[in-house]
Amino acid sequence: MSTNTGTGASTDAGTGADAADFVEAGAASLLRFATAGSVDDGKSTLVGRLLHDSKSVLADQLEAVERASLGRGQETPDLALLTDGLRAEREQGITIDVAYRYFATPRRRFILADTPGHVQYTRNMVTGASTAELAVVLVDARNGVVEQTRRHAAVAALLRVPHVVLAVNKMDLVDYAEPVFAAIAEEFTTYAASLGVPEITAIPISALAGDNVVSPSATMDWYGGPTVLEHLETVPVVADPSDDPARFPVQYVIRPQTAEHPDYRGYAGQIASGVLRVGDAVTALPSGNTSTIEAIDALGQAVDAAWAPQSVTVRLTDDIDISRGDLIAPTATAPDLSQDIEATVCHVADRPLTIGQRVLLKHTTRTVKALVKDIPSRLTLDDLSQHPAPGELAANDIGRVTLRTAEPLALDAYADSRRTGSFLLIDPADGTTLTAGMAGNAFAEAAAEAAVADGADDDEGWDF
Amino acid sequence: MTTVTAVTENAEDADNPYALSHLDALESEAVHIFREVAGEFERPVILFSGGKDSIVMLHLALKAFAPAAVPFSLLHVDTGHNFPEVLDYRDRTVERHGLRLHVASVQDFIDRGELRERPDGTRNPLQTVPLLDAIDKGRFDAVFGGGRRDEEKARAKERVFSLRDEFGGWDPRRQRPELWQLYNGKHSPGEHVRVFPLSNWTELDVWQYIAREKIELPAIYYAHEREVFARSGMWLSPGEWGGPKDGESLERRQVRYRTVGDMSCTGAVDSDADTIEAVIAEIAASRLTERGATRADDKMSEAAMEDRKREGYF
Repeated sequence: MSTNTGTGASTDAGTGADAADFVEAGAASLLRFATAGSVDDGKSTLVGRLLHDSKSVLADQLEAVERASLGRGQETPDLALLTDGLRAEREQGITIDVAYRYFATPRRRFILADTPGHVQYTRNMVTGASTAELAVVLVDARNGVVEQTRRHAAVAALLRVPHVVLAVNKMDLVDYAEPVFAAIAEEFTTYAASLGVPEITAIPISALAGDNVVSPSATMDWYGGPTVLEHLETVPVVADPSDDPARFPVQYVIRPQTAEHPDYRGYAGQIASGVLRVGDAVTALPSGNTSTIEAIDALGQAVDAAWAPQSVTVRLTDDIDISRGDLIAPTATAPDLSQDIEATVCHVADRPLTIGQRVLLKHTTRTVKALVKDIPSRLTLDDLSQHPAPGELAANDIGRVTLRTAEPLALDAYADSRRTGSFLLIDPADGTTLTAGMAGNAFAEAAAEAAVADGADDDEGWDF
Repeated sequence: MTTVTAVTENAEDADNPYALSHLDALESEAVHIFREVAGEFERPVILFSGGKDSIVMLHLALKAFAPAAVPFSLLHVDTGHNFPEVLDYRDRTVERHGLRLHVASVQDFIDRGELRERPDGTRNPLQTVPLLDAIDKGRFDAVFGGGRRDEEKARAKERVFSLRDEFGGWDPRRQRPELWQLYNGKHSPGEHVRVFPLSNWTELDVWQYIAREKIELPAIYYAHEREVFARSGMWLSPGEWGGPKDGESLERRQVRYRTVGDMSCTGAVDSDADTIEAVIAEIAASRLTERGATRADDKMSEAAMEDRKREGYF
């Protein structure tokens, strides 16, 4: 019955993460990040090492992997079996879909969107990057920056992932040579910066040998920066929300109509950006009605102010007509309404998106009918070249579209708000998610300026 | 093994007055999911077993709609092999919050000859048929489950909004990509959506949240002395469900449960953690996952959970 005692007080003295740290660690922060790498870059090894060394792979999971590996005639445990959860994935030895994995250190909790590097890369990476605050792009030190690397950098830039880590892997296979790393880091940083990626950190690693993943490398003393885990633990995850205009999409109207709360009328939602304060003059869109915030209830506690991404309930001084799908914003910084949308989209469905197609558009809590008016161009991520008038977008294509909606939307540019600048296109016939949309220009301002500085002609610049 | 230092907070996060703790971020996200379902579906229902995950789900739902009532009813799939403490907890909870409870009974299906008892006596896999029947009869279009992606590798592939076909089946290769916080709940008549608001929570998060919110749990989650017997590497509780058999002997041990399910396949673990702080310390130090330690049904095959989910299990 030895397996029965597993839960007991078998504190592993070798584990740096002391159990006591977790008892009071409810205040640790949360980082969502995504990994991107092609099949042989060693992504599984890196993910495996992060999970393993942060004690997130437990004994029974390792035993299951060892058992399954032996059953297949493999001598050493295949750590990919830890992450390939589906029967078809194990049978074919491929990763089919984005998986979300969790690990923690006493300093921070991590949600990792583990995106497969195979042929369906674009929609998978877009899915993973959509919620990520940081992306780890893996490069094989022997190959340097390749097409796939540029593709990953471009997706991270398009999705406006705030932090990008370039992990130059397999340094053990290039004799841990600094010039190899420096050249790759220089090339990648120049390219990613030209796309407007705001922050790039390059780290030389060997996922297999463990150099600079969790522990500093003993062989690369020329590198003075953080390990991958150290960087993940310390990268700032909270920008200052008071810099952003407040956006509050109404999800649900709470009206108890009970003896205790006969007149209570609260607007429930998650603050999409900025800060809301009691006393703020606000406008409800699309109606344009105005009122003042009377009270904010942050899940059971009355507060004077609340900010993104808190879920709250807001009450106003006036009984104006507001329902699900409306947006409450400070009157001074309310967004414009529009029925004509220009956006960059990534097509995620197997059936194509075509000009003239009638779709549903889901933006924040509002779903409206929309028409695909035009698809002016398609982008090749490898070299960022544009193909005019492709006629349609197939699975994994990224392109520009113009849409006309049946009702006005309070849409921000994706560059200003990932939450109120993003939308989905949905097939009204069966509900299939067709397309991920980002309103406004594709790449960040820095990119457009760089293109101008290079003397590039307007049509060929980054301002795609 | 690791070089993490014993720093409990990130200095840059701590200095930022707008930083949310990881529990606040997870709570906010779960509440958002509950409200999306309330806004978009006609007849949602919460699967409620009296286990810690469903208890946390209900707590979040209560917070999401306060001061109004939770706009969903509860559904318990009763295997007939429940821990009495858990049934008692279930009924007190329903009473206290004025909720409506639907019970789908595995025993009724066995009595009517529509399900057959398995040779090993385990009823957990038998839950799928009564669950799908209850979803069909109740015309539920959204079904909240407390499943977490950290529980099992097939669950790691599960969406927050998971479309099920008219047979309740899950096809992992045909899942909708889930982008940003834009959950797509569109479905055709006959289909329904399983919704997992705790997708991004881990076992430790659940316990830290229970501690922070001071949520009452059935007493069997805390160390207590009880009669148990050994079977297949687990301590099981005796009962009419079929144990102990010849050759299995009862003994009194200090144990607690990490999961609560069907008595025939939910094992207890040796423990002296009789307070929530002790439980959290114990989980943080454990070298076994919660399911690996205490659930026989997941050990049946490498793809046991995936296979059950394909059939409609939650």
